[in-house]
Amino acid sequence: MARRRVSSFNIASLALGLAFLYLPIVILVIYSFNASRLVTVWGGWSLRWYAELFNDDAMIEAAWMSLRVAGASATIATVLGTLAAVALSRGERFRGRTLFSGMLYAPLVMPEVITGLSLLLLFVALNAERGFWTVTIAHTTLTMCFVAVVVQSRLASLDRSLEEAAMDLGCDPARAFLAVTLPLIAPAIAAGWMLAFTISLDDLVIASFTTGPGSATLPIRIYSEVRLGVKPEINAISTLIVGFIAVIIVVASLASKLSSAQGENAAPL
Amino acid sequence: MGLAGKMAEESSRIDAGAGPGPRQAAPADGDVPLLRIDKVAKKFGTFRAVDGVSLDIAAGEFFALLGPSGCGKTTLLRMLAGFETPDEGRILLGGRDIAQVLPHERPINMMFQNYALFPHLSVRDNIAFGLKRAGMARGEIAARVAEMVALVKLDGLEKRKPDQLSGGQKQRVALARSLARRPQVLLLDEPLAALDKKLRESTQGELMELQRRLGMTFIVVTHDQEEAMTMASRIGVMDSGRLEQVATPHELYEAPNSRWIAGFVGDVNLFDGEITSRDNHRLTIATRDAGTLVVAEPRNPVTKPNVSVAIRPEKVKLSLRGPATDAINGSSINRLDGVVAEVCYLGGSTNYKLKLDSGSHLRSSIANTARIDIDAYGVNQHVVAWFAPDDCLVLEQ
Repeated sequence: MARRRVSSFNIASLALGLAFLYLPIVILVIYSFNASRLVTVWGGWSLRWYAELFNDDAMIEAAWMSLRVAGASATIATVLGTLAAVALSRGERFRGRTLFSGMLYAPLVMPEVITGLSLLLLFVALNAERGFWTVTIAHTTLTMCFVAVVVQSRLASLDRSLEEAAMDLGCDPARAFLAVTLPLIAPAIAAGWMLAFTISLDDLVIASFTTGPGSATLPIRIYSEVRLGVKPEINAISTLIVGFIAVIIVVASLASKLSSAQGENAAPL
Repeated sequence: MGLAGKMAEESSRIDAGAGPGPRQAAPADGDVPLLRIDKVAKKFGTFRAVDGVSLDIAAGEFFALLGPSGCGKTTLLRMLAGFETPDEGRILLGGRDIAQVLPHERPINMMFQNYALFPHLSVRDNIAFGLKRAGMARGEIAARVAEMVALVKLDGLEKRKPDQLSGGQKQRVALARSLARRPQVLLLDEPLAALDKKLRESTQGELMELQRRLGMTFIVVTHDQEEAMTMASRIGVMDSGRLEQVATPHELYEAPNSRWIAGFVGDVNLFDGEITSRDNHRLTIATRDAGTLVVAEPRNPVTKPNVSVAIRPEKVKLSLRGPATDAINGSSINRLDGVVAEVCYLGGSTNYKLKLDSGSHLRSSIANTARIDIDAYGVNQHVVAWFAPDDCLVLEQ
């Protein structure tokens, strides 16, 4: 194969593109190690704001709240989303299936403000006390469709004759699913869970509609702090979140690769 | 458990190595056949994929369902496996109607066209999969897997995953997996379609050998007529959801019951014509393209005057001057003049395409029985083609 020369134009456009995407994050990470109290003035390297962050109980509590909400809602969304994907791609054709599958994917394109507002109205109408569970339920409705998309695309690429072979060899349909289908779609389910987790962790709009007093998630907490002026501490926690999410994304894409190595096509992520 | 008992019984029979030559077996009159397909039909929407098929298959038979793609043979096989439910008719296995029985409750196993090996399981676990579901004891499973591995010659590959195997090895794993439960009937869906030609031929022989040794009933679906004729003791030819003819390979080739089958199974020259006279078991037929032909009267009397004369290319002989007089042997013989239009040398035989005086074509296949062929004909050479009345078939149009 002939090696194509990389022109200086290509290098420049690549550098500019990457800078556009990542320069703000890089600046944020660098300034999180700033010793100065002023966000815009460089005062030398320091871990001072990280130390301060860990003494900020409100912030730690918000982070803990976010992790719990993300964990719970991702788990519920994964169970429901997987069931929906299996029903849509494996079940017998039932009336209104197209409508159901369209409705399942509606939250993908629905503006978050509307989802948040409608959920708020629902919780108020039900007279539910807003807090951990209302946010969790709201995030479950948001992330379930993402899980369903990932799992369904994996199921679609999975050869149906594998399940038939399992039934032929003595499995009833439920056992065939557990013994053959589930292990083969497990990486896609894991990828779906991690996707749901990061989306929940990241969400500000829906959480701010559905949360109650005393149960702010991390994005809500950060947002309210920033309104009073940017503290260097915010840079520190933002850096931690970026690192955390980067790890999850890498793990999710590895899982998805593993899934495609095992069978036909990858679940697109 | 009933199934386990049956398996043990089967296995002792196999160990004894006994078994009458099952290849010749055909359902005897009065006997209850192992499998009876009774007026089975399957519709997909308004399309009748299988349209009123009735068929008896005896224990120990190697049966082939042959037909072009889309003829319904795979749908019929899937109904036997239980993946499709017939809309009409019954499927009796040993006298019991299994048409509505779920796949996992049938003593029938299937080898899938694409093998459908479980990619997350090793060769050993793939073969053991069905045995675990049958509730066999651990030691028994290990012994059966070892037996199966030896049977299909997969020794040393037990720990491999399917994607570490070649096409031929995958085929063997699929075969071992479907045989492991010792089904009463083994269904094979295009078992050799994914293999290359050499491997296909050797595997055909191995499948036949295996079937003979196990004394098991095999039903194979194929679109390859050569494959069906090589392996099967009886062949059912399907077209458009209907079973057109069920016969031994020999009968199918030499006595097809329709123009379509004559053309589908092997090569054939067909000449349409009208019966002009019949005497002394000979029919005289005036054809449009090949003049007057004399043919032997078929066993089943021909009722309609409009018929087709079918003659296989290898039964058409060629020479420069026509048959020697003693070859005629007093009886009439069909003689056609023509010019060689095409020569196709295949090694074992040479195919000639002649242009007859009428403008239509006649194909002839001559076996190359000597290394130095003095009888080769060139293009544009004038030759005489001849064939005996007994080698012709009369088919209704």
